[in-house]
Amino acid sequence: MTLSKSQTGSKYWIQIGLLTTALTLIFGGLFSTSALADEVGADLPYKVQGNVKNEGIALEGVRIVVAGGGYTAETVTDAEGKWLIGVPEKAGYSVSLDQSSLPEGIAVVEEGGAEQSVEIGPSGVVTKNFFIGAGERIVVSMLDQVIARIVYGLNFGLMLGLASVGLSLVFGTTGLSNFAHAEMVTFGALAAFFVTSVLDLPIWIAIPVAVVLSGAMGWGLDSGLWRPLRRRGLGLVQLMIVSIGLSLAARYVFQFFASGGTTQLPGFDSPKIKLFGATALSVIDIASMVLSLVVIIAFAWWLMKSQTGKATRAISDNPDLAAASGIDVDRVIRTVWIIAAALAGLSGVLWAYFRPGIKWDMGAQILLLIFAAVTLGGLGTAFGALLGSLVVGLLVEVSSLVIPSDLKYVGALVVLIVILLVRPQGILGRKERIG
Amino acid sequence: MDWLAILNNTAQSLLSPATMAFALAALGLAMHFGFAGLLNFGIAGYMAIGAYGYAISVLVFGFEWWQGILVSLVASVIFSLILGIPTLRLRGDYLAIVTIAAAEILRLLFLTTAFGDITGGADGLSGYHNSFRAANPFPEADYGFGPWTYNSVELWVLVLGLLALVACVFVLLLLMKSPWGRVIKAIREDEDAVRALGKNVFAYKMQALIIGGIFGSLGGVIYALPSSINPGVYVTSLTFFVWTALLLGGAATVFGPVLGAVLFWVLQSFLSNVLPELVTSGVLPFISSIQASTIRFILVGVGLMLLVIYRPQGILGDKKELTFVK
Repeated sequence: MTLSKSQTGSKYWIQIGLLTTALTLIFGGLFSTSALADEVGADLPYKVQGNVKNEGIALEGVRIVVAGGGYTAETVTDAEGKWLIGVPEKAGYSVSLDQSSLPEGIAVVEEGGAEQSVEIGPSGVVTKNFFIGAGERIVVSMLDQVIARIVYGLNFGLMLGLASVGLSLVFGTTGLSNFAHAEMVTFGALAAFFVTSVLDLPIWIAIPVAVVLSGAMGWGLDSGLWRPLRRRGLGLVQLMIVSIGLSLAARYVFQFFASGGTTQLPGFDSPKIKLFGATALSVIDIASMVLSLVVIIAFAWWLMKSQTGKATRAISDNPDLAAASGIDVDRVIRTVWIIAAALAGLSGVLWAYFRPGIKWDMGAQILLLIFAAVTLGGLGTAFGALLGSLVVGLLVEVSSLVIPSDLKYVGALVVLIVILLVRPQGILGRKERIG
Repeated sequence: MDWLAILNNTAQSLLSPATMAFALAALGLAMHFGFAGLLNFGIAGYMAIGAYGYAISVLVFGFEWWQGILVSLVASVIFSLILGIPTLRLRGDYLAIVTIAAAEILRLLFLTTAFGDITGGADGLSGYHNSFRAANPFPEADYGFGPWTYNSVELWVLVLGLLALVACVFVLLLLMKSPWGRVIKAIREDEDAVRALGKNVFAYKMQALIIGGIFGSLGGVIYALPSSINPGVYVTSLTFFVWTALLLGGAATVFGPVLGAVLFWVLQSFLSNVLPELVTSGVLPFISSIQASTIRFILVGVGLMLLVIYRPQGILGDKKELTFVK
């Protein structure tokens, strides 16, 4: 889209400035969607389009949202009722029509309602026209929507939690802010994809195999890279930049082997079952939540009760004292790396179902949310990271009711900065750690 | 293999707007990290502010090109203040996470369709060149020789970029020789000692953040000057690439960032030309040319790791002035 000088009108912007206005809008939630164009991302390779009409009369200003594979875009129909949204990949997308933007007295009268899934066809373009007719739209109450978002947020938060406790443990024991953690998430998903598609085994075998492979990866990284570097006496900032280099290298190695496209795990499109109110979950969603909960409880038990778990907490607290009291620090750190990588790998499989889709940079897409969760809970505290993840997950999902869906990660990142203003040590952290 | 074309393309990147934009951004990072010890991982955000600040003030407000550049610089100062006030009192790695998050917030705000009328959303911005090109002092002709042949518009961009780069190098050189620069370096080495001498450490850090941010934002303007703005450019990878350029040349030096940016782009453009050629000529079997062009990014990551492990001071750096003191 090209801007012309004819849009110059508002001197208002000069006074306030783009950034301040944007931030005010976020905090105030004062979004107006009426100014949107009817075409979004028209230069992207694939397109979803449609025409919204009621008994032959075009409806203008109806809001359409297309989402899938970690990509979201929205637009409104033009005077002829037409809309077009470009999408980056040849994959499945969900198209939803915002019924509150329809005129009074008409609604989507189609099986499945105002949210439908489409698949990009061989032509690269798919057309989705909603059947609209007279009828009371089934109004979903705000409360039901909020409840549904809370459930999705818990699902997302639990998945994030699996990834962030590992990052937090590694930080607690070694002081490393590991940017390559995102690539361990991607690795888990890719490993599961390898087992299901290349070896053609079912997903319930693929998940444990992916977790074991990820754990082995963690062991390999610790003994092959991080332990030698600790021995060399590299500073924490140096280690952090090494992890950035590793993250870049690993990400492009994934792209090298897995190409730039998106692939799916089996059962990613299993049907949603309506539970209560507006909440609908697929069997995979429910299994994912149960699995994360069980693993997190087992992990908590390990951290609180087992010998190694106690040693881990002792090292997080004071590594020198722990070493002096006879704890084999290197062995514990190796265990921590294995567990962190295995949990990250599991969260990668779940993230592949949640997005849905496996892509070479899928881990990097949530890296900052993981960091936000860990910082929010308090750097280096495992349970803080878990709590932080749930807060971030809920925030991302619930806030998308108020702010545009392509800004839903912004809320979590703004909270990250705000929390550092008021309570830099995080929810469960202690003051002396912030330095 | 067409070695002549490969060498020609490589030689072009010695003197290109992208190289100068990287050099400016790396200079800003040298101010932040190399001299003041501030772990800024949001340089892509500063560059985005530069690019969008320039284009939006020209397109939406109808400013002249030089007014647009001024708007960019002022916007980067505001961004530094917003970023610095909550975070400069915190430990280094917190600053790293906050800056990277802030840059990502900015990118998402520029990308969203909610502000599509102003930012162009996913399509980015273009067509903001009229005022800049009208001010071109060079008459229409071809200039230069060999791989360095430019038309008058390209030459105007290059000259302006070069002027900006020379000015920033000069400013940084003077600053670092001044008493102010010595205080900044002392803060990097031992903040508490400087505080004990009665200096306002927070104010010094804030000044360093603002000055480096201006350099980065100027880099963003130069990056946007030749053609158009694509929001997909200002991702965290851009930050990491600028960091690689900085560490390659030497973080705590004035000329290191410039050398690093030039080497980074020369290597990138050499590899991006030579690797697909190697595939088509059958030297690299079993891989596609798309895979071959992925290899250069893998090499950036590996290179960054090796650099930080074996030569953290960079090519021009002094071992005694290691910036990784803590």
